Amino acid sequence: MSDSVQLPRWIDVGALPLLNLLLALVVSGLVVLAIGERPTQVVEILLYGAFGYEEAWGYTLYYTTNFIFTGLAFAVAFHCGLFNIGAEGQAYVGGLGVILAALYLDFLPFPIMLIVAILASAIFGAAWAYIPAYLQARRGSHVVITTIMFNFIASSLMVYLLVNVLRPQGSMTPESEQIAEHLRLPFIHDIAAGLGLEMASSPLNLSFVYALVCSVLVWLFIWHTRWGYAIRTVGANAVAATYAGIEPGRYIIMAMMISGALSAFMALNEVMGVQHRLLIDFTAGYGFVGIAVALMGRNHPFGIFLAALLFGMLYQGGAELSFEIPTISNDMVVVIQGLVILFTGAMEHMFRPRVTRIYTAWHLRRRAQEAA
Amino acid sequence: MDNFELVILLLDATLRTSTPLILAALAGMFSERSGTINLALEGMMLGGAFSAAAVAYYVGNPWAGLLAAIATTICLSLLHGFACITHKGNQVVSGMAINILMSGLTALVGIALFAQGGKTPSLDHESRFQPITLPGADAVADVPVLGSIYSELLSGHNILVYVAFLAVPAAWWVMYRTRFGLRLRAVGENPGAVDTAGIGVVAMRYRAVICSGVLVGMSGAYLSTAQGASFLQDMTAGKGYIALAAMVFGKWRPFPALFACLLFGFLDAAATRMQGVILPGIGEVPVQLVQALPYVLTVILLAGFIGRAIPPKSLGRPYVKER
Repeated sequence: MSDSVQLPRWIDVGALPLLNLLLALVVSGLVVLAIGERPTQVVEILLYGAFGYEEAWGYTLYYTTNFIFTGLAFAVAFHCGLFNIGAEGQAYVGGLGVILAALYLDFLPFPIMLIVAILASAIFGAAWAYIPAYLQARRGSHVVITTIMFNFIASSLMVYLLVNVLRPQGSMTPESEQIAEHLRLPFIHDIAAGLGLEMASSPLNLSFVYALVCSVLVWLFIWHTRWGYAIRTVGANAVAATYAGIEPGRYIIMAMMISGALSAFMALNEVMGVQHRLLIDFTAGYGFVGIAVALMGRNHPFGIFLAALLFGMLYQGGAELSFEIPTISNDMVVVIQGLVILFTGAMEHMFRPRVTRIYTAWHLRRRAQEAA
Repeated sequence: MDNFELVILLLDATLRTSTPLILAALAGMFSERSGTINLALEGMMLGGAFSAAAVAYYVGNPWAGLLAAIATTICLSLLHGFACITHKGNQVVSGMAINILMSGLTALVGIALFAQGGKTPSLDHESRFQPITLPGADAVADVPVLGSIYSELLSGHNILVYVAFLAVPAAWWVMYRTRFGLRLRAVGENPGAVDTAGIGVVAMRYRAVICSGVLVGMSGAYLSTAQGASFLQDMTAGKGYIALAAMVFGKWRPFPALFACLLFGFLDAAATRMQGVILPGIGEVPVQLVQALPYVLTVILLAGFIGRAIPPKSLGRPYVKER
């Protein structure tokens, strides 16, 4: 139908994604039914686990922190028309930067260490993203395949380094030494205690604040700088960008390196904030969740924050679920995650033609009424 | 043990490790040659492996398991097709979604059905694919060199190993010597031209992803009912991605893909035997380096340093009939 009306913004960025999310949750509910549990009970436990008590809030926001970083990472590359599937590997290597700085520069005072750690993770993550970016920009190899390969290469590299280099002598477990007490990111409950407030202890730490800062910075960068404009232009149409005097390759590399740095900031939360040492596979799939988060949040920092909160809730509530209902493990959360990516990402256009048709009919009827 | 025997053992292990890669790489090829990116190989393999193990356990027959695996992967392929072909969704995203979904769903259903922490119960002798002794293998076993190559290397694998190796020429024949294959390749290069010739692009692409489903189903069944004796959580452990790498390394063609699978399978088989081995002049080779080698080689190839890997022209682009 050629005379269909442009959908208003609230349907485009609000109602349609919500409809898709709802469908994903309905299908998740069917999965719960299929394995013989009651969906209402699952929702109840999920919500209680995520928000029901004070400690739960801290855990929910701690997971949210990771998802904000990886979601922003995916979004920045996406604005340039790139699929960065490599957040997992970039965060992993970023963790190496954090741990090297924290272990070998341990004479630095905390405020300087904070800046050094941010820079170190950013540099390591960006460097790991640089190679696929360069290959995409200059040699035309597809960034999806190369970033997947780089996840596996990062995994092998890090296992090698943890087993052979970072492991303290005499220790059997492949993990690095502990970060000195005064160089760890302070927990929010400790900061609150310093201000005279009492809060339940949780892994939530200062990196959550940094994640919010990064969200604002990404928003400014993408929509209010020349580089952000160039990146979006390349993403929308690389040929047109070339005619406009924007060299796509340069911005592909820039977007990917920023994306890699943002993924690596996840290591600040995990390594410097919570684990206090480098563990094997500390990224635990958070990089992949970032894809779902960014897609759901329509690649906008505010949307990403909301989606990250939803996934933070699912992760924390999911942990509660596996305590309460033995047949439902954490894997339920993985299933929901997969369904959310499927319905809000891959099938995002499913309802669009129908919604457009309904809206058009409604719009035309209203116009006819107004004319009458 | 003498060196000859060692080589035979290593090659024997290579055949076993490369079998699932070959089936999955061919699966990827059918899908991608028709223009649909298939990152979902990993998840489909996992789904196939689970269905095969679960059904083989209940029925007590590996063939029932194989059929269930193929049915599962065809369903997943159709889902992928529904998102990518019908709704023109993003193919990369759909593939990742299926991978994540299956990683969770297989464990969840496994726990619900068997309550063994995501594992399926061990299969007995009758419910697994058993080694087949090729005719005359015992008779020639004592013949030096050729005899042991025949009886130890070529004989004594299960049926799926032979199917995988026969699938390669079969896929080549279908792809390059039949009308179906010609249309399939055309739809991945220039769907507009195929449409003009009066052949449905959508139907063609669906058929291609179904072929893909059949093949990857077999590779999943191989993991849980032939090579292993049960389904284990996340048992594919990146094999789907290695198969994808092998397909790219083989430049989206059956025979080069076979060699890539054999190479990657050999590296896998060698990695387990390389632990602590000191090579002359090089020193001890880190196992992790050998494990990462398939990925490194694929990246180098993609970068255009070993020949050029050119993907099908319309790969990843949904077909829009009219503007």
